[in-house]
Formats: sequence, structure tokens, C-alpha cells
Amino acid sequence: MVYCVGHSIISPLGDGSQANYEAVQAGRSGLKIHTDRFDSVEPFCASLFDTPQAFVPLCIRSVEEAITNNQSPITNSKDTIFILSTTKGDNLDLITPAKMIAHHFGNPNPPIVVSNACTSGVCAQITAMRLLEAGMYQHAVVVGCDIQTKFIVSGFQAFKALSPEPCLPFSPDRKGLNLGEAAATIVYSQLPMANSQQPLWTLEAGSIHNDANHISAPSRTGEGAYRCLMDVMEGLSPADIDLVGVHGTATLYNDDMERIALERAGLQDTPISALKPFFGHTMGAAGVLETILCAMQANEKMVNNKMVNCIKMLSGFGGVNAAIRIRV
Amino acid sequence: MKVVSEIEIRPTSVVLNGQPIAVETTGEKMLVELYRRYAGDYPKFFKMDTLSRLGFIAAEILLKEPRAKSQEPTAIILANRSASIKNDTDYLATISDGNYYPSPALFVYTLPNIVTGEIAIRHHIQGETSFYILDAPEQLEQILLSTMSNNLKPSNPQTILAGWCECTEPNNFYAKLQIIWNN
Repeated sequence: MVYCVGHSIISPLGDGSQANYEAVQAGRSGLKIHTDRFDSVEPFCASLFDTPQAFVPLCIRSVEEAITNNQSPITNSKDTIFILSTTKGDNLDLITPAKMIAHHFGNPNPPIVVSNACTSGVCAQITAMRLLEAGMYQHAVVVGCDIQTKFIVSGFQAFKALSPEPCLPFSPDRKGLNLGEAAATIVYSQLPMANSQQPLWTLEAGSIHNDANHISAPSRTGEGAYRCLMDVMEGLSPADIDLVGVHGTATLYNDDMERIALERAGLQDTPISALKPFFGHTMGAAGVLETILCAMQANEKMVNNKMVNCIKMLSGFGGVNAAIRIRV
Repeated sequence: MKVVSEIEIRPTSVVLNGQPIAVETTGEKMLVELYRRYAGDYPKFFKMDTLSRLGFIAAEILLKEPRAKSQEPTAIILANRSASIKNDTDYLATISDGNYYPSPALFVYTLPNIVTGEIAIRHHIQGETSFYILDAPEQLEQILLSTMSNNLKPSNPQTILAGWCECTEPNNFYAKLQIIWNN
């Protein structure tokens, strides 16, 4: 178990976790129809920054916001590891931006980049938990970020995976996904932080499983996602889980696969949260951003300070699935 | 952490547990030669990008080893420095000005972790698959140690197919895959 000691979200909906949470609560969405971006041959619906953002400065700003509440500087410590979650990084380069971010904060350790398709943001948190639990570091700064490009938009258009309108996760009328851009950061530590202004949580368990079925289509039995759910629920019953943050891309096959996995795990009556109608699919940022917002949603559900269990799950190309369980 | 078996593939050589394997071709052609010799029954190989072919063939040879059979890996954890840059470059050519025909078949390989998925499908491995981008191969050891460290957790694999798998250009690649046990 490791402790979240700070977090931040920068998205087209606002700067800071609280601003983004309030935007979601108010029903605001970053999704818009775009006709003049990325040389697109057709209009597409996505959540994009009004002013195009450069990858590294965006990540740096996200980390700075996440550590504002920290009493002692940890980013330049040898006991801190930087972990970047991204699929396409800065113009297809993943390692150079990670090194630039760690270097900016004076961190002496070579950073780790997790590139496990759309599950990266959850996998990066699992990597952080393992490194901290093994005693190799005291703190991990997990940064998730992707910015949209002609490369990504054209690819998803070629895949016929994009919805022409705002996406509808788990709806019978869903038509596909929307892309989005954001940067989000979670700082994990071996020890809790006292007197935090933000809702914080503990990361209790994490699991990654492959469907071993198809590289671009989800399993029809939800096998990998189901195994992840069972792993992170070990020792608990479905009734102990208060909220599941689903991947909810709103593609026909993804959402159906998740429904099957949730039902097999006995979670069909558990409330779910799907955030892509607000942010689009933010790829490498998704797992980090959606974990933060799930924790903030779960925090609202707390009654009489009773802790709440929340699962965040993701699936991606390559047949990979991942889930974590947090206690808020 | 114990290395049970190891293969190294370079454009001009293949070495399995310290013993060279004779090859007649080099580069991408050598990967096809190895496919015909060690697999031959998996036409999906020809749909794969070079990075996936490299990882696929390395796993194919390694997992046929008797030492691998005695305790089969439940997880695949690979790393490299340049992600999927060779296939990214190929995909970019299909969306260039005046030649805009983006191919979904190419696009799906513009993620480095696809190779882990290809190996998982071939060998029915439904445990963890992970891909890391690192500056140096030594960093992977730390990640593997932490992954195996708590052997009581169901989600922490104890037998892993792990290693470096990188392809920067069609005939410039390097794989060093190992089967690792936690004992």
C-alpha cells in the first residue's frame, strides 16, 4: 500500500484537480467539433486545448501543481523516481521528454516511461507502487500526458473508431470514442501526508492481464479485465466496492467487454463512473486523470468518515487490461 | 532472480544460451528464415511489423527450450529506448501530404506493447504484459525485481519472459530476451 500525497489535472476544462472536478459536476465538457485541426479530412469531435500545448512544459506545469501542497521538496531527491505514462510522447519521442521533465526538477534518477497503450496511466501507478513497496524509492511522481496530433487522429479515423458527436459510454446508442488531450500527475509516497487540502487516498492493489485474444479487439469474454478485477478485489466481496471507474471509451466492443467483465466479477450492481464524455480519451493521461476524479467522486460518497473502495480499470490495444483499487 | 534461459538476436547473429545458431540471411530476411525454421505455422507473422516479428521469433525459440517448459512464464515484460519508431515512421509515410492513405493495419503497430500482445496470443499467456521505455537496459532489472518482490500478491508474477526488444530501422534491431524465475 502506498499513499497519494498530491495530484493535479490540466485539461481543456481547467487547471487543477478541483477546477476539473467542478467542471464535471457542472456538466461542462471539453468536447467540440473541430474542422481545422491536424489537416483532418473530415470534422471530428475531440477535447483539445484552445492554444496548442507543448508536451514537456505541459507535464512540468502538471507536476508543479501536484506538489504545491508538499512541505518538503521531494522532486529533486534521489529517493524519488519520475514515471511518465504516454503513448506518443513528444512527437513520437518518449524517453527524451521524460528525461527533460526529471531534469527540470533536478531529479538524479533516470526516469521510467510506461507505454502500455491505453492502460499506461494505471500501469504506471502499479509500477510506482511496486518500486515503493520494494523499498527502492520513497516517492514516485507519476505523470500522464498525451497531446493530439495528425498521427493519432488519422489513425483512429482509419480505424473507424471515432464518434462524430460527443461519446456515450455504456449507452445502446454509442457510436465510438472521442480523442482528448490532458496532463495529470499523482505523487505517491511510502508515508502519508498530514493536513492535506486535497482529498487523498491509498493505492491498495493493482493488476495487469492480457486477453491473449486479439491485438486490436477486446476479448468477447472480458477475460483479462475480469482477472484484473478479481486480483484487486482479493480478500473483499463485490459489496465492499463502492465505485468502479470504467474505461468507457464508448466503442461498441470495449463497453460490452467491460460489462461482461464487471458482471463476471459480481459488480453489476456497483455504481460506475465514465468520464470520457467530459475529457475524451486522453490516452496516456487517462488512467491518471480518471483515478484522481474517481477518488474525488468517491470522497463525496464518504459517510461518517467511512472509507470508500474504488476500482479504476482500463483496457488497450495489444489485448492489455489493467485495474487498481484505491481507498479514499 | 535467476536467468533460466536467454536469447540474443542481432541483424547478423542469433545466440541461444551462449551457443550461436547458424543463419544464412541477415536483417529482416533472417527473421523470416528463423520463422520458417522455428514456427512456420502462423501466417499472422507476416502481418506483424519488424519489432513484433523480432520479439515473436525470440520468444518462439526461447519457449521451445526444455528449461522453459519446466516452468512456463506467466508474464511478458519488455523494454526498449525508441518505442515503435520504425513502424511509426512507416505509418507517417502513409499520411504525408499528397499521399494520404492511413492504414489501420499499420496504425495498430504504432505502439511498442503490441509485441507483448502478439507473444501473449501465440503462447496463451493471460498474465501481465508490460512495455517500458528506458534509457538503459540495466533499469529493467530494477523494475523486474520490484515486480517479483512480493510473491504473496496474485498480481506479482514469479516467472517472467523479460528483456530488451528494439527496432529502429528495418535492418537495425536488437533483442535480448530471458526467462526469469524468482528464486
